[in-house]
Amino acid sequence: MRRGLVPRLLAHAVLLSGAVVMLAPFVWMLLTSIRPAEEVFGAVFNPVPGRFAGGENYLRAVVEGRLPRTMLNGAIVCLGILAVQLLFAIPAAYALAKLRFHGRGVLFGLVLFGLCVPIQVPALPLYLAFAQAGLLDTFFALMAPFFLTVFGMFLFRQFFRTYPDEVLDAARLDGMGEFEIVWRLATPAALPAIAAFSVFSVVAHWNDLYWPLIVVTSSELATPPLGILAFRDTESGGNYGALMAAAALVTAPLILAFLLARRAFLRGITMTGLR
Amino acid sequence: MRSARLRREHRAGTAFALPAFALILALLLAPLAALLALSLTDYRLGAVAVRLVGLDHYAALFSDEVFQRSLRNTFLYVAFVLPGAVFGGLGVALLVHARGRSRAFYEVAYFLPVTATLVAMATVWQFMLHPSLGPVSALLRALGFGDVDLLNDPSLALATLALIGLWQVIGFNMVLFLAGLSAIPRDLYEAAALDGARRAPDRFLRVTWPMLGPTTMFVTVTSTITAFKVFDTVVVLTRGGPLGATETLLYVLYLEGFQYFRIGYAAAMTVVLLVFLVLLSILQARVIERRVHYA
Repeated sequence: MRRGLVPRLLAHAVLLSGAVVMLAPFVWMLLTSIRPAEEVFGAVFNPVPGRFAGGENYLRAVVEGRLPRTMLNGAIVCLGILAVQLLFAIPAAYALAKLRFHGRGVLFGLVLFGLCVPIQVPALPLYLAFAQAGLLDTFFALMAPFFLTVFGMFLFRQFFRTYPDEVLDAARLDGMGEFEIVWRLATPAALPAIAAFSVFSVVAHWNDLYWPLIVVTSSELATPPLGILAFRDTESGGNYGALMAAAALVTAPLILAFLLARRAFLRGITMTGLR
Repeated sequence: MRSARLRREHRAGTAFALPAFALILALLLAPLAALLALSLTDYRLGAVAVRLVGLDHYAALFSDEVFQRSLRNTFLYVAFVLPGAVFGGLGVALLVHARGRSRAFYEVAYFLPVTATLVAMATVWQFMLHPSLGPVSALLRALGFGDVDLLNDPSLALATLALIGLWQVIGFNMVLFLAGLSAIPRDLYEAAALDGARRAPDRFLRVTWPMLGPTTMFVTVTSTITAFKVFDTVVVLTRGGPLGATETLLYVLYLEGFQYFRIGYAAAMTVVLLVFLVLLSILQARVIERRVHYA
């Protein structure tokens, strides 16, 4: 079906003006991150910086904002959470999908219930428990509440249900144990689902503010959102160049990953439509 | 033979499920039980004696001005975000879906805010909205609106946060709608064309909109839950101000629980929050069920 030129141009005009709004903060962030301070506060409003000050701004974000430390913390927390999530969720999901055992219905019911309980609900008792155990302000406290992922269990269960039983039976006849089947047969087959879930998990925990804000007090453990907050508060003089450089550094890893693996990201998001 | 296999299945199933059960117990069920118990006490962090207060906290919530205001603000915020999130997401998806080579560019442009760290982008927004230094304020001045300080004006702050929330969620909804659109069989449009629906609005009303029904419901509920949990932008941009205009449910809960440490009271507040979320999730589950049956 050929569409007329006018509707097409109109569609582009609407989409482009929307895209300008969507992208404006990113453009402004990058422009300001290379803008010298005198221009940020200057009376004249020129979009493109007159002098390149990216070096000093990013250096300041790295040295005074301690961005590398913060981002390393973010990576440790995200990968730690993801590893334990997969370790627990994959076998449980396989059992839910393919094995008969007492309590299967109960477990699945709990998974469904857990889907509607966000971190803000158990946060208070968990905080008290960590305080009692002297574990506040540790990597463990940052990660532990998310070791359980009912969402991952649900997602993987749906995936494993479509896995052919004949293959499993053949593997059993070959003498494979269930443990081996889970990790050497089912897991490789589930890689697309695992990739989608990993995207979802890492994005969620790199960006999470609520729980880190509660359990972390020392700057050595700050995750990226906390690092940005702290840097903004110390830069009360309003060194926007360095602050925007810090924001750019913190958002860069996920955005680059998204640009490189666009399909995987979009699929991850549609699959994980139920958050 | 058969029973041996069943026994084996049983053993393996139990072994795989037990660790997950343990996590659910430790991280979900036990905290929930503790939460309910705490909500009936006057426990404060560091208190020596704890007294049972029954349902007093729940009663107090009904007359707590701050809590009531936070509920109002949260619902208002949801009402601000929701129409744009659903119909904006749908509109963008419809336009993007019809594009050829430019589709990838638009997908990236609209989706970028979804992956970006909200706390970082909120600081960018703060700068963009800065009354004297920000480009948005400069633009508003140039358009003749005079000096507006969007984040410090009690009548505008919540709507401004809602616009930022919309900016973040619209690409997410676009992706969901795009998935819904590509699931609509082509021949439905051909059949509709034979029935006389040749113009774009007719095609939309007779095929696209009904076929997208389940997706639309799903997007609506998901967006509601997301908007309901607004927190990051409040912390970064307004801290509940000006004059409590942006105090939202999660922000007030955070203050009560983790700044004032009025644990018992915050626990009661959390239970109320959980009730809201469970109701929304039941709605969502019904929607998903319908979506599955549809497909």
